[in-house]
Amino acid sequence: MRRVLLFLPLVICLVLGALFVKGLSLDPTELPSAKLGKPFPSFSLESLEDESKLITEQDFKGKVRLVNVWATWCPTCKVEHGYLNKLAADEGVEIIGINYKDERVKAVQWLKRYQDPYVINVFDGPGSLGLDLGVYGAPETYIVDSEGVIRHRHVGAVDANVWLELKPIMQSFGWAGQ
Amino acid sequence: MSVLTRCKIIASLLLALIVLSCSVFAAIDTFEFNTDEQRQRFRALSEELRCPKCQNQNLAGSDAAIALDLRTQLHSMILSGKDNEQIKDYMVERYGEFVLYKPSVSPATYVLWYGPFGLLFVGFVAVYFISRKRKTVQQDTEQKQQSASDATVKHQQRLQDLLDKNDD
Repeated sequence: MRRVLLFLPLVICLVLGALFVKGLSLDPTELPSAKLGKPFPSFSLESLEDESKLITEQDFKGKVRLVNVWATWCPTCKVEHGYLNKLAADEGVEIIGINYKDERVKAVQWLKRYQDPYVINVFDGPGSLGLDLGVYGAPETYIVDSEGVIRHRHVGAVDANVWLELKPIMQSFGWAGQ
Repeated sequence: MSVLTRCKIIASLLLALIVLSCSVFAAIDTFEFNTDEQRQRFRALSEELRCPKCQNQNLAGSDAAIALDLRTQLHSMILSGKDNEQIKDYMVERYGEFVLYKPSVSPATYVLWYGPFGLLFVGFVAVYFISRKRKTVQQDTEQKQQSASDATVKHQQRLQDLLDKNDD
């Protein structure tokens, strides 16, 4: 019994070491969304291209889609924009855009210049939908299932690696792709 | 370098230090309140709520755009008569427990709140058992010493007896 107790410090040390090594590979800036498994917050906002057209959370139902929060003032959004175009064109992903705290004219110009990967674009000038969604930095990308429930959130640019992570989640909620 | 210029350099360095240390409290807003009580609640809450973007700062200390948005939201919620619990619930609903520097007591945070007391209790138990063991060991040695000295007394008695016998 005494002998076994002698190894206790070593065991504690190893356990702590393992935890610390695990901690090194975690990204502390990545927060779990408080909205996972909850319906998309209700809203009623204008479309980016057409001020007279109102979009609500009901428009998100029916299909598994990506919802991408973006803005022209956000450099990382520019980085991921090319990949979003590719996803929309090659993989057949339907992406809904939320133009977050931006200027309408600039945003429309941006889409003309860099192509438009979005099926609909919600104009959230004051950032109220962003606040309800718990957005803390653009770009953010959500997976919303056909019931309009938020299933996943990714903070930061979407690229090929991130897509490898997102694709199986979308498929598990019934997305078939092209 | 003359003494005067050296003094000037030191003085300007000191001034720079003072200015830099002030910039830590750079997030100065011009929010208007109706009462002092509201102002104090705003101050307390913006110190207790954490900025989701710049993770080691509270809302009061952060210059991030999101922190400003949340301070504005906090301000309007206080003015519209929401109490502290409602405001915290609102923030947690959107940003998760993460935004509270002082997490709420729930099954998920029991370890956080009561863990230290548990460890303290374990410590006391350990100290109790160790000291009890030490006491028994001490008693054992005392008994042994006692019996040893008893034996010596007996031996000496016997020796004396033998010597007495020889004298006869």
